[in-house]
Amino acid sequence: MTAQTAEQRDLTAVIGLEVHVQLETETKIFCGCSTQPDDDEEPNTRTCPVCLGLPGALPVLNEGAVEAAVKVGKALGSEIPEETRFHRKNYYYPDLPKNFQITQYDAPICDSGEIEFGVDGDRRTVEIERAHLEEDPGSLSHAGGSIDTAEYTLIDYNRAGTPLMEIVTAPDFRSAAEARAFLAKLTEVLEYLGVFDVTRNGSLRVDANLSIVDAAEVDEGGGIDEETLESANRTEVKNISSHKGAEKALAYEETRQKNAIQRGREVEQETRHWDESRGITVSMRSKEEEKDYRYFREADLPPLRVSGWKEEIEIPELPDARRERFREEYGLDAESASKLTSTKQVADFYERIAEKFDSGLAATWVADNLLGELHYRDMAITDVTDRLGEFTRLVELVDTGEITVKNAEEVVLRRMLDDRLDPETVVESEGLGKTDDDAVAAAVSDAIEENPDAVEDYHAGEDGALNFLVGQVMAETGGSADPGTVNELLRERLEG
Amino acid sequence: MSHNAFITEERIEGDADGALAGRTVAVKDNISTAGLRTTCGSTTLEEYVPPYDATVVERLKAAGATIVGKTNMDEFGMGTTTETSAFGPVENPAAEGRVPGGSSGGSAAAVAAGEADLALGSDTGGSVRCPAAFCGVVGIKPTYGLVSRYGLVAYANSLEQIGPLAPTVEEAAELLEVLAGSDPNDATTREPPADAETDYAAAADGDVSGLTIGVPTELLEGADDGVRAIFEDALAELEMKGATTTAVSLPSVEAAVQAYYVIAMSEASSNLARFDGVRYGRSGEGEDDGNWNESFAAARDVGFGEEVKRRVLLGTYALSAGYHDKYYKKAQDARAWVKQDFDSAFESVDVLASPTMPVPPFERGESLDDPLQMYLADANTVPINLANLPAISVPAGETDEGPVGLQLVGPAFGEATIIRAGSALS
Repeated sequence: MTAQTAEQRDLTAVIGLEVHVQLETETKIFCGCSTQPDDDEEPNTRTCPVCLGLPGALPVLNEGAVEAAVKVGKALGSEIPEETRFHRKNYYYPDLPKNFQITQYDAPICDSGEIEFGVDGDRRTVEIERAHLEEDPGSLSHAGGSIDTAEYTLIDYNRAGTPLMEIVTAPDFRSAAEARAFLAKLTEVLEYLGVFDVTRNGSLRVDANLSIVDAAEVDEGGGIDEETLESANRTEVKNISSHKGAEKALAYEETRQKNAIQRGREVEQETRHWDESRGITVSMRSKEEEKDYRYFREADLPPLRVSGWKEEIEIPELPDARRERFREEYGLDAESASKLTSTKQVADFYERIAEKFDSGLAATWVADNLLGELHYRDMAITDVTDRLGEFTRLVELVDTGEITVKNAEEVVLRRMLDDRLDPETVVESEGLGKTDDDAVAAAVSDAIEENPDAVEDYHAGEDGALNFLVGQVMAETGGSADPGTVNELLRERLEG
Repeated sequence: MSHNAFITEERIEGDADGALAGRTVAVKDNISTAGLRTTCGSTTLEEYVPPYDATVVERLKAAGATIVGKTNMDEFGMGTTTETSAFGPVENPAAEGRVPGGSSGGSAAAVAAGEADLALGSDTGGSVRCPAAFCGVVGIKPTYGLVSRYGLVAYANSLEQIGPLAPTVEEAAELLEVLAGSDPNDATTREPPADAETDYAAAADGDVSGLTIGVPTELLEGADDGVRAIFEDALAELEMKGATTTAVSLPSVEAAVQAYYVIAMSEASSNLARFDGVRYGRSGEGEDDGNWNESFAAARDVGFGEEVKRRVLLGTYALSAGYHDKYYKKAQDARAWVKQDFDSAFESVDVLASPTMPVPPFERGESLDDPLQMYLADANTVPINLANLPAISVPAGETDEGPVGLQLVGPAFGEATIIRAGSALS
């Protein structure tokens, strides 16, 4: 085909994801070592014969990891088979202590499932093919540069054996933005389940498959037949570690492949590496070098029967359901409900506040004021969840009229966050207790006496005049007077 | 007289008292001992010192045993003669100039020579029973799951068990009692069923009256005349003591040797993958262009002997895409068939009997050039590992070429039954 005709082609990307998430468990998947790094821990100290793969050591499955996996399966609507098995995936890599990885192959703990998410105002549903448990390898650091240029490489097995779940989607995405929105939704659900911590370094790793087909091949329901998919050469992009990274890497890869096709070149079937710093994907190995993992049953772990047990594993209310309930139960608008259910911690925080105050007042304080100030400071709700009591007292000070809304928002909340003070200390040190009635009355008299022109304007019916006088009173009382009361007092005096 | 039975001699005292107080135990050098090197008979692990004790070693110590050293063995358990050890061959104390059998040849020789009262071996396809037979001592391969493998350096982990070697059935049974029992560190261990007899030493009472012994015709076919004669004398002795014998057929065992080697080699290719020169063995020598795979290959080239290389290569091949179904999967099907065959046999008999080895001990060097002949000598022992069953080898007599062992096989967790039957021969 010539370049001219090629340019006429309307092309569409076909994307599938393999998402690896670290499961939050106390101990590693096959041994008793902690999964939580200590501050400043030395390499290779959070290890034992099992996660170091020492000769003779044997894996024993951590029930906590199985429970977390079952929760994920329930949230994805997966089928959780009666019996699940482990396999060895054999390949040589220095971060792999045994030179094989214990994973699942023909009997994953979660089979099928789906996730619904929103992107650009549309609802999309993506099919989950499977989700399985496996062990995380150790980590490598290449001294003096990248893997190609390093003089030597250091291995740290502290991470080795952290439970991972690999969630594999069908090739249902048609754009990088969809992939990103899916990842956001997936991690939200996982966080709700309490099995995932997005803030943990390396907790999310994504491999993405991308190929390009003629847009005409996509049917009305968004489907593409198997044959078309098979015949399109695809690349697997590795080393993606964030939602944003996924979008950037896939957008790059989509453009790269489309350009090749538009120029009449063939896309090579290969594995590519996402270079975050350069914002490009680079070739790692071609199809001819694809590995043969020689999967076979891990005889050291007997098949696990989860039937019976799985019924006892409960999952919490998930984000979509909670959002809906917030709208109904608390009468919130869509935006507030969405903000307040953005993470499980935010939603829990809100519900604790809403127990004590009007749900609308609680929503304003949590969704607008608190989240806004936290966001501005690059903080998260988890930074203040232990200060629920202080925050409750702040809302109470406003609710009972002891301080003004303005002071509460602009002074007390900010200093609570910046200086880690409790609300009473801020009120006291800033002298924000509402000014007593006599002082307000005196300030009102002063304002009337000192501003005869404004008084005249008021009587002449100019709207701005009263506001000007209110401003004078507020200035005199250092902002601690209640503007409503001031307004009322001024009217009484001016009319009287 | 030294028989080169030990790779490392070192005394480790156990607790002051216990079932094995005052007894010395030799430990096969593929069983981890904290602070004491554990070589598996390989150059690769020449300097490897485990930081932990295998569960069986902990149990020995708690039972008051004194460990006297780590015994010589075929490299990683891969052999039937103990000649593939990187630490030199072992003399057979019971048959001069002949091999002690393998792969636990050092353990059997230590017991036969009185260099230890008792010994631990490991049995993947006969590695306890073969040297027991060749050295004229008793060896037990327990039901898969009866004894913890935690700390046993894996050769073929779906097949192997640690087992005792001793001069008499009763002593082997006493040692088994110490070793047996489930272990939270080995998920494949199981408690015997509630009605199983687990007082093994007490079972060594020689009472075989009313016992039905099945003799699989297939396991006699390849036996040497001399071996066969001794086997038949042993059966006659058991009959005289009240047992009855009956011929049975196990057609599946014809496929057992092939199936065993495919499975064992496949698992070995994965189990030994970690020995790549990074943490064990010598780093590969030669061009260092930063290519890890080249460096791993070089390390394995110098670290492994011929037999290990052969098995790792064949196992890798059997698991590879395109060959997996033809070899590995087919071998698993054969394994299931073997299990089923044994299950049906035990519907009509209490134990099965055969010569442990179809031949007397090889002369030194005889089998090294012909691996296939060596593999075929395992014909009577490997089916038992495929079926996860318990078996004992007891001395049955001697030909001019050396000792001959009688193998008795029981149903799963039927250790007491084979111990009782074995103890009737003496």
